[in-house]
Amino acid sequence: MAAQQQGMAMPDMSNAIVAQDEMGRPFIIVRDQGKKQRKHGLEATKSHILAARSVASIVKTSLGPRGLDKILISQDGEITITNDGATILSQMDLDNEIAKLLVQLSRSQDDEIGDGTTGVVVIAGALLDQALELIEKGIHPIKIANGFDEACKIAIQQLDKVADEIKISADASDPNLLRAAKTSLGSKIVSKSHDQFAQMAVDAVLSVADFERKDVDFELIKMEKKVGGSLEDSSLIKGVLLEKDFSHSQMPKHIEDCKIAILTCPLEPPKPKTKHKLEISTAEEFKALQEYEQKKFQEMIDCIKNSGANVVACQWGFDDEANHLLLANGLNAIRWIGGSELELLAIATNGRIVPRFEDLTPEKLGTAQSIRELEFGTTRDRMLVVEGCSNTKSVTCFIRGSNDMIVDEGVRALHDSICVVRNLVRDNRVVYGGGAAELTCSLAVSEAADRQKGIDQYAFRAFASALDTIIMTLAENSGLDPIDTLSGLKAKQATEKSSQLGVDCLGKGTNDMKELFVIDPLIGKKQQLLLATQLTRMILKINDVIISGKDEY
Amino acid sequence: MSVQILGDQATEERAENARMSAFVGAIAVGDLVKSTLGPKGMDKLLQSSSDIGKSMITNDGATILKSIPLDNPAAKVLVNIAKVQDNEVGDGTTSVTVLSSELLKEAEKLIERKIHPQTIIEGYRIARNVALEALEKASVNNGSNAELFRKDLVNIARTTLSSKILSQDKEFFSNLAVDAILRLKGSTDLNNIQIIKKAGGKLSDSFLDEGFILEKKFGINQPKRIENAKILIANTSMDTDKVKVFGAKFKVDSTAKLADLEKAEKVKMKNKVDKIKKFGINVFINRQLIYDYPEQLFTDAKINSIEHADFDGVDRLALVTGGEVVSTFDNPERVKLGQCDLIEEVLIGEDVFIKFSGVAAGKACTIVLRGATEQGLDEAERSLHDALSVLSQTTRETKTCLGGGCSEMIMSKAVDQAAANETGKKALAIEAFARALRQLPTILADNAGFDSSDLVTKLRSAIYNGMTTSGLDLYKGVVADMRDMGIVESFKLKRAVVSSAAEASEVLLRVDNIIRAKPRTADRNH
Repeated sequence: MAAQQQGMAMPDMSNAIVAQDEMGRPFIIVRDQGKKQRKHGLEATKSHILAARSVASIVKTSLGPRGLDKILISQDGEITITNDGATILSQMDLDNEIAKLLVQLSRSQDDEIGDGTTGVVVIAGALLDQALELIEKGIHPIKIANGFDEACKIAIQQLDKVADEIKISADASDPNLLRAAKTSLGSKIVSKSHDQFAQMAVDAVLSVADFERKDVDFELIKMEKKVGGSLEDSSLIKGVLLEKDFSHSQMPKHIEDCKIAILTCPLEPPKPKTKHKLEISTAEEFKALQEYEQKKFQEMIDCIKNSGANVVACQWGFDDEANHLLLANGLNAIRWIGGSELELLAIATNGRIVPRFEDLTPEKLGTAQSIRELEFGTTRDRMLVVEGCSNTKSVTCFIRGSNDMIVDEGVRALHDSICVVRNLVRDNRVVYGGGAAELTCSLAVSEAADRQKGIDQYAFRAFASALDTIIMTLAENSGLDPIDTLSGLKAKQATEKSSQLGVDCLGKGTNDMKELFVIDPLIGKKQQLLLATQLTRMILKINDVIISGKDEY
Repeated sequence: MSVQILGDQATEERAENARMSAFVGAIAVGDLVKSTLGPKGMDKLLQSSSDIGKSMITNDGATILKSIPLDNPAAKVLVNIAKVQDNEVGDGTTSVTVLSSELLKEAEKLIERKIHPQTIIEGYRIARNVALEALEKASVNNGSNAELFRKDLVNIARTTLSSKILSQDKEFFSNLAVDAILRLKGSTDLNNIQIIKKAGGKLSDSFLDEGFILEKKFGINQPKRIENAKILIANTSMDTDKVKVFGAKFKVDSTAKLADLEKAEKVKMKNKVDKIKKFGINVFINRQLIYDYPEQLFTDAKINSIEHADFDGVDRLALVTGGEVVSTFDNPERVKLGQCDLIEEVLIGEDVFIKFSGVAAGKACTIVLRGATEQGLDEAERSLHDALSVLSQTTRETKTCLGGGCSEMIMSKAVDQAAANETGKKALAIEAFARALRQLPTILADNAGFDSSDLVTKLRSAIYNGMTTSGLDLYKGVVADMRDMGIVESFKLKRAVVSSAAEASEVLLRVDNIIRAKPRTADRNH
């Protein structure tokens, strides 16, 4: 603070254009002139490419099943430990505009596909890297971008060609879905209980998936986390988990055959919405009001009772008297349920959200087989599990773990694999992972390169070698010799005409990814290439940056 | 040409540097709490930096770590697992921290030998599963035999307490804690055990009341002793019973009418009291305040009243006396009243308490702690809380295993054997896991001032030769039978220690990059 005030009084003279008046005192003509920056032409493009390269080099080491994690420390000293490209990038304290574009890139991959957020950044970084070499050769950036676009088309065609259609059944033990989920989980810390998490992801998606429309509503999959236990204790709850307890400490902790009244009106004396004033001027009125109050409570309880409910789930609070009346009438109640949770509860139990007590009817009640209270270790935290709901299309993934960071990472990893499974439900074509898909694209593009007329040839070759970077990175992260692995694999794919050969990251002794069950959804891979190429074009097109001097604050 | 992409003052540490800073932080935290481990471990005096006068003496790992401001991300992970261990099991917070820091120490050595962190993790995962299996096999379940189970509980309490300030009275306190836990009849809600701390007297003057003690007083002019009490526990306003209809307001045009209204109010209160009288009770306990007028009415009706017995108090009383917490008074026949043989005012130290004896349900209880200093009492409460937590968790998971380094050595043996069966670099990591497990008895011996290399190898040969109940007798410095010595620990605790420590070390081993954002400045304009 003090330093700033001084700064206000005494502007930084070194950056200002200053003249002197007749007394010899300086006055400022243009303030902070020196802080204005301008970069243009090749210099700008080059510096952008370098920035993108350094971003890519940060996330690069997270790629693949042997990729490592990053610790991110926020401004407030909170730590996140993650392997997820999108999370790493979004939590980095970035200052460079181009770096921010890459963050956006991984975010759009995350929004669209949900997985492959690291890969997309690595590809974009590699494409730009290759572009730099071409620029140094004297090729115009736009030409390069055009060439990349054409090459990308060929790569996508190749992906379509090699993609395998897999059969997907609504059966939770579907091996193909499990394999895809496992591929996505392979690089995360949850690979500790690999099968369990993959099964959770598949179960979760299959129970909410709509196979006719080929869609999965993520709203119906809720993630809840709680530290304690270990990752193996995580589970999928076919129902709803509420972070609440029953409103009265003496209500039973476990109820069977629940009929739930879902209310959005408080069990409190009525409160008209219009502005009003109620004046009491005589003792009779006072008494009348008293009786009215008690009658009102009794009416509320009667309404609930008559509808046949035995559980009340309410968005608002209860008056003490009402609370006791609920207990006395054998009604279990939950208060202060958040709006979205209430909706979820309504969907899960097939109930209707009722805004007025008078509207309660038996058919509007939700049903569930049981509601029970969970206790956690020695803390006072409680959770309510609503299970056996009439609508099975609502699930909760409950993640446990021994510390905050691992639980958070577990949630992210599970989300990724749920996305992968969803993508397969949408489109059941797959390509093979472990760099196999990139390699076959690279081969196709470099083959096509020779047939190109003109400068595009160079761009095509560059595109192919950018794709090779993925394979090299995977090999490098797994402790293999990158060049050796790449050249070996390339020769093998070309001679065997097989698009299933990839990097054997875990030392399983085979390069056939079909045998190792490493599969990725086709749309995810396609999206990676498209997004990365688009971004490359965007960055290559910029040739002038003007950064105005920052305001003093 | 290099381009800065990170924000101003943001820093990045990569690869070896990142790993180094993670390991250094974790190992430092481990070393910090290491010396508190075991019955001969020492306490730490923590002085608050903001409030110089405030100090705390403790032996509890979680408490120590929570109170230290740390900046190292790896250290924060360890503090977090200690905290979670505290919430899950209540004790073993030091062990979990020490074990994970030992695991990282071993991992560091392996990384120096150019072994990929993921390979180490693979090995650690195998080792962890083997260790937990061995632990499970070595554990004993006495849950079905009440007498043996009680003995187990007492032993567990004694083992937990032996490293704390209560160790000189551990016999006394372990029995006290076990009695308190058994009183809860299977509930793990420690909230139902009320701990009242009163400075004065000595630690062994502490007691578990056979009934229940409430830190409140009776109303004025009410008898100090009631026999065969029928108690109504209520949560209702007994001050000015307001009109709850929203926006209601009094407006009168004359003092006569005001007087009328006042009377009506009084009548309302009187009606309420009359309704309460119909319950046929002689004690009325309210969560909220009771004003003079209703109190006087109660006194007249020969009903003793207690006001403002907050949420916990009311809940505990409901559990103790078996009554219902009531807010409406129209149906006396439907309400369950609380009962107890005798309620009287007692003096503890200089303060007046109300004591309920001969209670009907008795699912809650009170422990009164006495001691010389505030700090001592606080530490005693923490120790007792640790013991109670472990015991309450043991009533759920009734398996037990042996302490004194015995379980660790058994696990380490199993892990060593697994290493021999494994090929490849993983085997080195599995061996390292076994070494880390052996560090726990080593530290125990070191803290007790014995020759750890000698003692631990003796223990190892004992366990390897099939004497699977051997452990360290840290008072005599010999290898002894832990089952005979009654050094028993909860299985759930030990399992949580191994699995959380392994998980935490895995989290940190996977890290190869630390990116630190610019710390937020305390600048409001920013």
